[in-house]
Order: sequence, then C-alpha cells, then structure tokens
Amino acid sequence: MSEPEKTVERSLLSPANIITAVIILGGLWLSYLRFTGGLGAVTNLDHNNAWGIWISFDLLCGVALAAGGYTTAAAVEVFGMKKFHAALRPALLTGFLGYSMVVVALLYDVGRPWRLPYPFALSPGPTSVLFEVGACVMLYLVVLFLEFSPMALEWLGEKKLRRVLIRLTLLLTIFGITLSTMHQSSLGALFLIVPSKIHPLWYSSYLPIFFFVSSVAAGLSMVIFEGTLAHRSFADKMDEEHKRTADTVVLGFGKAAAFVLAAYFAIKVFGVALDDNWHLLGTNYGLWFMLEMLGFVALPCFLFVVGVRDLNLTLIRWAAFVTVLGIVLNRFNICLIAFNWQLPTADRYFPHWMEIGISVFVVTVGVTAYRFIVSRMPVFFEHPDYSQGH
Amino acid sequence: MSISRRRFLKSMTAAGVAMAAPKAVGAYGEFAGHPDSNGVLHDITLCIGCRLCEKACVEANPDDLPMPEIPFDDESVLEQKRRTDDKTYTVVNRYDLEADGGSPVYRKFQCNHCKEPACASSCFVNAYTKTPEGAVTYDASVCVGCRYCIVACPFDVPTYEYDEALEPKVMKCTMCHPLLLEGKLPGCVEACPQESLLFGRREDLIAVARERIRKHPDRYVDHIYGEHEMGGTNWLYLSGAPFEEVGFRTDLGTTPAPKLTSGALSAVPIIIALWPALLGGIYVMTHTKEKAATREKNSAVKEAIDSTQAAADEARKKAAEKAKADREKAVATAVKKALEKAAKESSGEEA
Repeated sequence: MSEPEKTVERSLLSPANIITAVIILGGLWLSYLRFTGGLGAVTNLDHNNAWGIWISFDLLCGVALAAGGYTTAAAVEVFGMKKFHAALRPALLTGFLGYSMVVVALLYDVGRPWRLPYPFALSPGPTSVLFEVGACVMLYLVVLFLEFSPMALEWLGEKKLRRVLIRLTLLLTIFGITLSTMHQSSLGALFLIVPSKIHPLWYSSYLPIFFFVSSVAAGLSMVIFEGTLAHRSFADKMDEEHKRTADTVVLGFGKAAAFVLAAYFAIKVFGVALDDNWHLLGTNYGLWFMLEMLGFVALPCFLFVVGVRDLNLTLIRWAAFVTVLGIVLNRFNICLIAFNWQLPTADRYFPHWMEIGISVFVVTVGVTAYRFIVSRMPVFFEHPDYSQGH
Repeated sequence: MSISRRRFLKSMTAAGVAMAAPKAVGAYGEFAGHPDSNGVLHDITLCIGCRLCEKACVEANPDDLPMPEIPFDDESVLEQKRRTDDKTYTVVNRYDLEADGGSPVYRKFQCNHCKEPACASSCFVNAYTKTPEGAVTYDASVCVGCRYCIVACPFDVPTYEYDEALEPKVMKCTMCHPLLLEGKLPGCVEACPQESLLFGRREDLIAVARERIRKHPDRYVDHIYGEHEMGGTNWLYLSGAPFEEVGFRTDLGTTPAPKLTSGALSAVPIIIALWPALLGGIYVMTHTKEKAATREKNSAVKEAIDSTQAAADEARKKAAEKAKADREKAVATAVKKALEKAAKESSGEEA
C-alpha cells in the first residue's frame, strides 16, 4: 500500500484538490444551515413549489445519467457483447456513485431524512408511485454496490468473497436491469398525477415510457462522455486493453444511441399527436418544446449517425455531450419549467444559490469518490491476479 | 295555464333528477364514497368576507395554528389574493368582478376533502386517511417530508413547515375531524354568520345545492363545483359568477387522482414477471450461440488433428511395410547370393 499513499501525497496540493476542499467546506457549512434552520433557510421552495433542483437535478437527472450502469451491463453480460467489456467497470462505478449521490441529495431534500426507511419498515403506502421509486432505488443501490464490490475486493485482495460475487454477476445484472426499467419509468410516472400542473406539451400518459427510453440514451451517452473525460485525466491508469477497445465502445454506443434517440423522437411526436397538441407548438412554450426536441434530441441523433458513418469519434463525443445536456433540459422542463406553468410569474420557483451550492457539493463529493476509486482500484485496468477472470 | 306549466316543469325536473342521479354515479365510474360521509356546501353568493371562519379555524386548532399579526377584522388583508400556508388552514379572498356591477365576491379556500384524494394516493407512507366521516386526515408521526402530496394536490392545498428544522409537518385543513367525532360542527361552519357554509351529508348537500340552483337559476351558475371535479370532493361550492373568475380551476376534469397513476403502477408486476425471463432467455440464446461456436471450433480442430494423425499413421505403416519388404528382399538377395556363392564354390571344388 505504500505506492498509492505516495500518489496521494504528491497530488494533495493540486489545484483540483484545493477547489474540491473549498467546495466541501462550503457544502458542510450549507449542510449545517439546512439541518439547523430547515428547508426554508437554504431553499426557495414554497407551498406552490415543493420540489426544486434537489429533485429535478439531483434525483431526476442523477438517476437518468447513472443509467450507464444498467445499459452497459445489459450489453455486455446479457447480450454477450464482450467487445464492450472495458466500458463495464467504469459504467458500474459511475452508476453506483450516481445513485449514492441521489440518496445523499434526498437526505437534504426530505423533511425528516432519518425516516427514509419508514415506507418499507413502518407504514407502507404502495398506492404511491414514489413508493415504487423508493423501493427500486434502494434495491438497485444494493445491486450496484454488489456489482461494484469486486473492484474493491480485488484492490483489497479478498479473493474468496470476490469469487462469490463474480458468480452472482448474471443474477445481479438481470435484477439490476429489471429494477432500472421500473424506477426509470416510474420517475416519469410520478408526474402522471398532475395533468393540471404540467404544460400539456410535456404531460402525457406516456411519461413513464418517455423517461425509460430517454434514460437508455442518457446511459449510453454518459458512458461515452465519461470515457472522454476519463481519458484526459486517468490515461495513466488505463491498461492497453482498455485503450485499445475505447474507440470500439464509442462507435458501438454511438450507434446504439442514434437508434434510441430516433425512437425517442418518434414516441415524443406520437405523444403530441395523440393528445392533439399541435396547436400549442406555436406558443412560447411550444417554441421551447421544439428547441428541446430539435436541438437536444434530433440534432444529437443526427450527429451520432454522421459520426458513426464517418467513423468520426470526436463528432460522436459531441453528440453524447449534447444528449446529456438534453436529458438535463428535459428533466428540468418537466419538474420545474413546464411545472406550475399556469401560475403567475411571481409564484414561480427559481433556486436559491444555497440550493445550487448543495447540489454542487453533492456532485463534488461524488467526483472525489470517483477519483479516489479509479486511481486505486482496477476500474480502467485488469488486476494482474485476475486477468483470466473474463 | 301558469299552474300547468309549473307542474310540467316540476315533473320535468323530477324526471331529470331521477335520470341524472344514477347516471352521475355510473357515468364517471366514481368511487361511490363512504355512504354517510359529510361535507360542507359553500354558497359563495352568501359570503360577506367577514373572515370569522378564518378566526374560528385558528381558535379550533390552537395547538397547530398561531394568531396572525394582522387582526381578522383588518380588511386590507383582502387587497391581495392569498393562499393557505403553514400558519393558516383557510383563507377568504375577494374578487372584484366588474361584470357583476362592482359588488365584490368572496370565496373561502381550504382542503376540499376529495372522495379519492391525490394526497392519500401519492403518499408513500400512507400518512393520509379518508375517514368515513368525510375528512381527509394527516398523520405527522409517519411523514417523511417528501412533499409529493403538495406536488400532487390539484387544489394546491397541503403546505409545509419549511422553517421547521427537525420536525416539519405538512399543514392542511382537517375539517375539524376531532370535533366531528364529538358530534360538533367544524369551526368555520359554526362561526359563519351568513350560513354561507352548510354542513351535512354530502348527498344531502348536493340535493340542497340542486334545489337552490333550481329555485334561483338567475342567481347561480348551473354547476355544483366539487360534485365531479377530480372524482368528487366533500366540499361543494355554489357560485353566482363563473367559477374560473373566483379562483377555481375548471379544467381539472373528473378523473380521480388515483386513476391517473394506477395504470403505470399496474405495469410493475408485469415487468417483474417478464423482464427476468426475457433477459434470461436472451442470455441463454447468446450464450448457447457462443457455446455452439466453441463446440464447432473444437470439433473441427479435433477432426483436423484426427485426419492428420490417420494420414501419418498410414504413411508410417506404408513405410514400415516397405522397410519390411526391403529387408525381406535384402535377406532373400543375400541368401540367394550366398547360395550362388556356395554353389560356385562347390562347383569350383568339383572342378
């Protein structure tokens, strides 16, 4: 263990670490304000706007963007696409950290976080979509933890336990995909109960399907996007195998994302057609809706197609980035911008800077954990003791 | 003439009610509701905006609601549109309708106590109860504070104690449920000096409201708000002005909130049952394909090795036979030579 420690010492005073330290100290201070003064002390939430960016960004975007875990696991473990194997561990790690951050953010958002087990232990309310979301997220977090564990166990040298977990891989993968299908779609189903509060262009009885399909596009794009960032910062941690197959992953996932985005665009158009909302496209909200659909669904879909055709990896990476932005925009639209659209401007919600501060803090904790793990555990490289494992 | 016409109208009305009543229940597929559940009929045309109901509400809930800083008889409060918050379960707003000849209209807000409440349907700890008496009550002892009920309520009723650090609660009108259990009236109804609030069985109130509309068609809009909205509410409203002009949402529809999510929830068991089988099947298919490919490869290799082996064996056998033949030939030649030599020698000796 002497070598990793040396790495830590060397990088302790790097600019990235200093920024991280400042954000974490600030976050701790905001946390103190939140848990001593209540939600009102740090948020702009009010009686009309009960959910702010901790739900729209940390929960909705967090879960969608952590979908890389189940999409990659499905491709590699179930569909037998072994050529994407190098993408699996980074995707599972991001999934695990992403969901952990979602739960951390929820600890800030709910009024009495220590009661979070109540729905499952004390007083279940199974008629609530949120009950299903909660149960699936909780179970999936356990699954992701178990899927991530072999990386930690290889690092720690726990061979026996690792072998048990590796044997469970297929079971965990299938369980994880099932849970993901349910809660990714249920996050959309949360909003089915408020047809009167969401602008009709965004409200649809297909919301669960929209959320599920877009989560697949989000997952695929996040794997590409993250891989791009990781290659910049952690190239020294990657083995030859990982570097050699990285381009295959970008191409393959780009191709898949093009298909998924095309399907997503089509079902969104069906959504407009079935509710006969064409006439709303000419309004201001309609223009905003078309910006989302054309600029952040159709455009990246087109870029993916061209990128795959021309083997232009840079273009595919840009397409992935635009898709990720598009997912964030979509979740913000449904939860914040098109939500309570009928209220006068004075009653609308805009996040307090301290809310944004806590979101930044939570993301920073996640990124720090990611950096800690990938610089130590076999994520981008195969542990020499287990190279025959696949 | 006039008498006969009145009779005619009366019989028409009776027939209309008789036809409409069962239809109203059947047509919307409503939850029939607790049969004797109570409600309140708020006749907006009778309200004078005295806010005694607001005062009575605070007095009826002394543990939960504080007295406001501005006294209840200060009319300046009515200058702006208010909504309920964590310190008020009910508010009265004034609407200055020009079309109405300038005379203001007052309307009281509070929880409508839906027959099938969105809050109860959306609560993942089952903190809300639709009581048989009619009230929708909330149990703070299990509430996690997710605030999905506030998001879900189509009438914007539940509020939250955002300034409470450790034990924040959802706050909303309880229809004075504890008083109802004692056989008393809700605080606001008891206090109303104008009988703008009428407490009773929901079914009776609907009949009363119908009767008032029938008697004074010039005075009322022909609609009982809350009879069907969101599947029906236990608070019912009569208004002289169009409902949307006095703070009502008239676009809510008649679908009860639980129905909006029940379809999506019913997909859950299907996914749980289908997905593992489907994914397992796909795995087996890809895995079998892989296995078959491996097996094919292995058998081809084996065949190649076998045939090479056989050819080699054949060659060796041939070589061995040839060697044997050669050897035999050599021996025979040698024997022959030896015999010839011996014959020569013997013939030489003879010679």
